[in-house]
Amino acid sequence: MSIFDYTLKELQAKLHNKELTVTELVQASFDQIDAVDDEIRAFITLNKERALEQAKQLDQEIDQANNPLFGIPIGIKDNIVTKDLRTTAASKMLDNFEHPLYDATVIEKLSAAKTVTIGKLNMDEFAMGSSTESSYYYPTRNPWNTDYVPGGSSGGSAAAVAGREVFFSLGSDTGGSIRGPSSYCGVVGLKPTYGLVSRFGVIAFASSLDQVGTITKNVEDNAHLLQAIAGHDPMDSTTVDIDLPNYQDELKKGVKGLKIAVPKEYLADGISDEVRKSVIDALKVYEDLGATWEEVSLPHSKYAVAAYYLISSGEASANLARFDGIRYGHRAENVENMIDLFKQSRSEGFGEEVKRRILFGTIAQSSGYYEDYYKKAQQARTLIKADFDQIFKDYDVIIAPTTPTTAFKVGELIDDSMTMYANDLLTIPVNLAGVPAISIPSGFSEETGLPFGLQIIGKHFDEATIYRTAYAFEQATDYHKKRPNLGGAK
Amino acid sequence: MAQISKEQVEQVADIARIAITEEEASVLSKQLSEMMKYADVLKDLDTSEVEPTVQVVDLKNVMRKDEPRQWTSQEEVLNNSLDHKEGQFSVPSILE
Repeated sequence: MSIFDYTLKELQAKLHNKELTVTELVQASFDQIDAVDDEIRAFITLNKERALEQAKQLDQEIDQANNPLFGIPIGIKDNIVTKDLRTTAASKMLDNFEHPLYDATVIEKLSAAKTVTIGKLNMDEFAMGSSTESSYYYPTRNPWNTDYVPGGSSGGSAAAVAGREVFFSLGSDTGGSIRGPSSYCGVVGLKPTYGLVSRFGVIAFASSLDQVGTITKNVEDNAHLLQAIAGHDPMDSTTVDIDLPNYQDELKKGVKGLKIAVPKEYLADGISDEVRKSVIDALKVYEDLGATWEEVSLPHSKYAVAAYYLISSGEASANLARFDGIRYGHRAENVENMIDLFKQSRSEGFGEEVKRRILFGTIAQSSGYYEDYYKKAQQARTLIKADFDQIFKDYDVIIAPTTPTTAFKVGELIDDSMTMYANDLLTIPVNLAGVPAISIPSGFSEETGLPFGLQIIGKHFDEATIYRTAYAFEQATDYHKKRPNLGGAK
Repeated sequence: MAQISKEQVEQVADIARIAITEEEASVLSKQLSEMMKYADVLKDLDTSEVEPTVQVVDLKNVMRKDEPRQWTSQEEVLNNSLDHKEGQFSVPSILE
């Protein structure tokens, strides 16, 4: 077993007993990366020298350490800005962005918690994709079977945790980019409520949907990591100033009396039989634990994917206007004039998927299309959000699959973007409504052995109930204890 | 149904400041038409009485004091640019 199969609590005990040093932990990360990352390709940039230096420093402080994340190796999705550590968003546009000027707020918070940043993780370019194949660098592979994708866009973040290359990671989720990869890679991934975690220093894709979240191997560790990064930030006016609960206190309260809603639209056609069956099995587990469930309807679900692509592409077309080749990022050579400099730099710097979405978003917001498409999508969003509000009047959580199937093969959907987009149909509505949701391991395909996840959706700012629900299932099952067969640490 | 012609693609690419070749415009015309067709599912939806949602947090006009503070140095900022001179970003001439 890998040292990273221990829980946070166990690792902290080992650090304090001097059975283990931070340097050994950090070295274990880099050893595993050396052993498996040629295959998995989860990382874009490593932070080895500084990480080992920081580890040495932290080993001097261990006796004073009193927080659960102290000295723990973490990986960061490469759209989260890290001072003087190259941040690319997996785009040629930012390939030369070696010296970001500041740390994102979530990175500052991790620094305060004394985690050690191991490196920057691969993703779909500017987080636009569901397979990590649109990365400018290389596709990341699924650690359970490297013929398959890890999901996206936080594919590197999920694969690195599943592959024990880091203890945990940060990702971002605009339409399912944390939960999808977590389902495909058999790990625990939370997309927090919109407004819970600061987005300051996160390279914007679709600002009304983007949210930073946490990827771990179990629910308890996930709650520890969220506790460290959540909270109001004066630098992000969309963060909400609320009192955070202590998630650890909430975790173990059990699910007796919990009221679960199961939307019929989320178990309809297109969901594989084994995924559907796993949800039914999970509901039996919850019944045995004293919860009750009922079938409900989220009637506007079928409009979510279309609304999402209109809204997110529209916002992306505005957000990505800042990449002009002048102040930072890729700059075209041999241009004739200023406009040509913009056009050539953007044409060379952005990949196909990003350009397609910028153009789609520009069309959707242009005169003649705005009313029927962009505004219509925003109205659909109102109805989708109202569906959730209605359900949450009577129920504590919603349970559904995270992804319709297990992972697809690398290359399988690369030329079929509409199918790729539709693959996120179970995660997208959550972002449109702004509510939080987690994906936890809930089974393995009999045919391929690949994992899939159960999605638990909660009320706005009620991550505590999500964690409690997820923890109860995890304690009653063994799915999260399985691990992929890889080279490297045994 | 919204077909996006090659000419429209070229026009929109100009607005978005992205240079595309003729061949790319043809491919994009097909792909974007397909995406618009997919979006046409929204046409079934009666939204005559529905307000659009632009954000999901109930916050309005979040204000903070505008206070100057040390952020970063000019040198550091210019460092990320591929072309700068005398403390300024350098760009192609815009005046004849």
